[in-house]
Amino acid sequence: MSEKQLDLGSWVNDVVQHLLDNYSDGFDSIGAVVNGFSEGIEWLLMLPPAWLLIAIFIGLGLWRIGYKFAIFTAISFVLIVLTGFWEQTVVTLGLTFSATLISLLLGIPLGIWAARSERVATIIRPILDFMQTMPAFVYLIPAAMLFGLGRVPGIIATVIFAMPPAVRLTNLGIRQVNKEIIEAGQSFGCTPRQLLFKVQLPNAMPSIMAGVNQTIMMALSMVIIASMVGAGGLGNDVLASIQRLDIGLGFESGMAVVLLAIILDRITESFGTPQTAKRSSLFSWFSGKLQRQ
Amino acid sequence: MQSGKIVVENLYKVFGAEPQEAIDLLKQGWSKERILAEKGAVIGVSDVSFSVEEGEIFVLMGLSGSGKSTLIRLINRLVEPSGGNVYIDGQNVAKMPKAELIDLRRRDMSMVFQSFALMPSRSVLDNAAFGLEVAGKSKKVREERAMQVLKQVGLDTFAHKMPHELSGGMQQRVGLARALAVDPSMIIMDEAFSALDPLKRREMQDVLLELQKTDRRTIIFVSHDIEEAMRIGTRIGIMEGGKLVQVGTPQELIDNPANDYVRNFFNTVDTNRYLTAGQLMANSVPIYVHNGKAPDAQKVCQELQALDKHYAFVVDEQNNFQGSISLEKIALLVEGGATCSLDANVLKHINPVSEGTPLDQVIERLVDNEGPIPVIDAHGHYSGAISKGRLLTRLQGESHE
Repeated sequence: MSEKQLDLGSWVNDVVQHLLDNYSDGFDSIGAVVNGFSEGIEWLLMLPPAWLLIAIFIGLGLWRIGYKFAIFTAISFVLIVLTGFWEQTVVTLGLTFSATLISLLLGIPLGIWAARSERVATIIRPILDFMQTMPAFVYLIPAAMLFGLGRVPGIIATVIFAMPPAVRLTNLGIRQVNKEIIEAGQSFGCTPRQLLFKVQLPNAMPSIMAGVNQTIMMALSMVIIASMVGAGGLGNDVLASIQRLDIGLGFESGMAVVLLAIILDRITESFGTPQTAKRSSLFSWFSGKLQRQ
Repeated sequence: MQSGKIVVENLYKVFGAEPQEAIDLLKQGWSKERILAEKGAVIGVSDVSFSVEEGEIFVLMGLSGSGKSTLIRLINRLVEPSGGNVYIDGQNVAKMPKAELIDLRRRDMSMVFQSFALMPSRSVLDNAAFGLEVAGKSKKVREERAMQVLKQVGLDTFAHKMPHELSGGMQQRVGLARALAVDPSMIIMDEAFSALDPLKRREMQDVLLELQKTDRRTIIFVSHDIEEAMRIGTRIGIMEGGKLVQVGTPQELIDNPANDYVRNFFNTVDTNRYLTAGQLMANSVPIYVHNGKAPDAQKVCQELQALDKHYAFVVDEQNNFQGSISLEKIALLVEGGATCSLDANVLKHINPVSEGTPLDQVIERLVDNEGPIPVIDAHGHYSGAISKGRLLTRLQGESHE
């Protein structure tokens, strides 16, 4: 390594240290909220017996995709249960859902804002690039320093990693709504708020749902890495297999992650494509709700 | 200020950083090309003034890029005007506050789009009810009204289908129903039928004309199809390079095009179809006046032979048409040097046609009638004659006048 002319790194160290010294109360309260939220979700997932939770997933698969996918879901969960990874899988699922929900809660409004303001879009873009490409380990450690080890820094690191697609695809979806459809909304006397909820969001829904799908997938991959700061779940087993060079354990836990990923991907993807034949679908229910606001 | 349902006054739209500067330069006589080159501002609409009467279908025509789509969007202010006024029922839309504008759009104006612009996630019924929903009408009221307008456009049985399940023509019926649902007094139609095939386009024009018979609305219709414009338009406005170059009835535009650009629009059209008796007539038949004393047959006979004419018309002192007589008949009357006068007994009575009679009816009359037919003006006075020969030369072209 050649000699440094500019020591950016030490400034960052100072900033983190400064935050630690002066704002630890603030971080603690953020941490408490995130922790409570994710514990609540995990509690909800643990509430029903395993077979009921599995049945719900099989049912979703049957309704949204078809019987073949339902069979695949059933076999996947049986495999996970038989290999003894059920509990870790539920923890991972809980972490993924918590991080996804936080990402969407922040990301979708941010995406809407970016779609409505050129300035916001310009400011947000490099930040999103940073969030997506900065190697996760780099902010995992400061997150652990600020929030302490456990699920909280894991979820926060996951939110940083998984939020950008929700913002980007919401922004894109709203911007791509046909110009004449927007004009139709305006020419019939929509207020800006009505235009957003009755015209822009419903028409951007396929794109937004693609963003939701991407966020879930990225969150799932990140919560595994987040086990390094003690987030728990399947990641612990993956990490243990690396540390112990236990290839078998690595394969089993890795397979559980892959199966969970496929199930979540297919189900969320199916909500992105409006099923017009079935008007009772959750998609039209959701966009219907929006429009009635 | 002119009167009318919609009055547009010195309207400008400039796309660029300094619209007012560009307008001032336009007023100083700069061309839009020079303003674009030196100031970087694009002139969308330049000093347009016209008015649209209540219940009229006003068609705006022009090549693409002539500013017609921008102009109609200035009228309902989907595009902010850079200068000028738009009065609708005396209210200045260009200057009114946003809240009032939204209220006006909900209550009294609507729009139909070229790409239909239906909401894909809403059913046909919900699409038709959109305007009422935005205006805050209850579900029951808006669905009842939406069903009513869907029936008017013949789509009531499709109310619960999704837009993508319908053909293009049917989708535009939904677009029309959506515009009618709020019961507006004016509708703006932007190339509404341009995306349809010619048969469907004609069908939709008929739907529109039929609707106009029951509820007369003021319609501004943008089109680039001259046949369509002449078929549905009460008056046509022709746009070129952001300017309104001429406004008039189809007939006025055909007869007196302001420039070659306007004339070119009508080149492709069989304008003869729009000819009327007043334009076809000529003074080709000699006239004799019955001033208390019938014209002398002997004299008429000689004159007709001299002029090589086969018919003569007789009018009274007030220029009212009395009747016609052929040279053959006069020749019979005066055979052997007999004196005779052309009074009502010998004249053949023909029902005259009025100047506004369209070509097809004139042809019908000429087929039924052996000789030329007389044309009378609005006061019932004789104004000219149409013979078969005259009709043929006129149809062949102006050069034979």
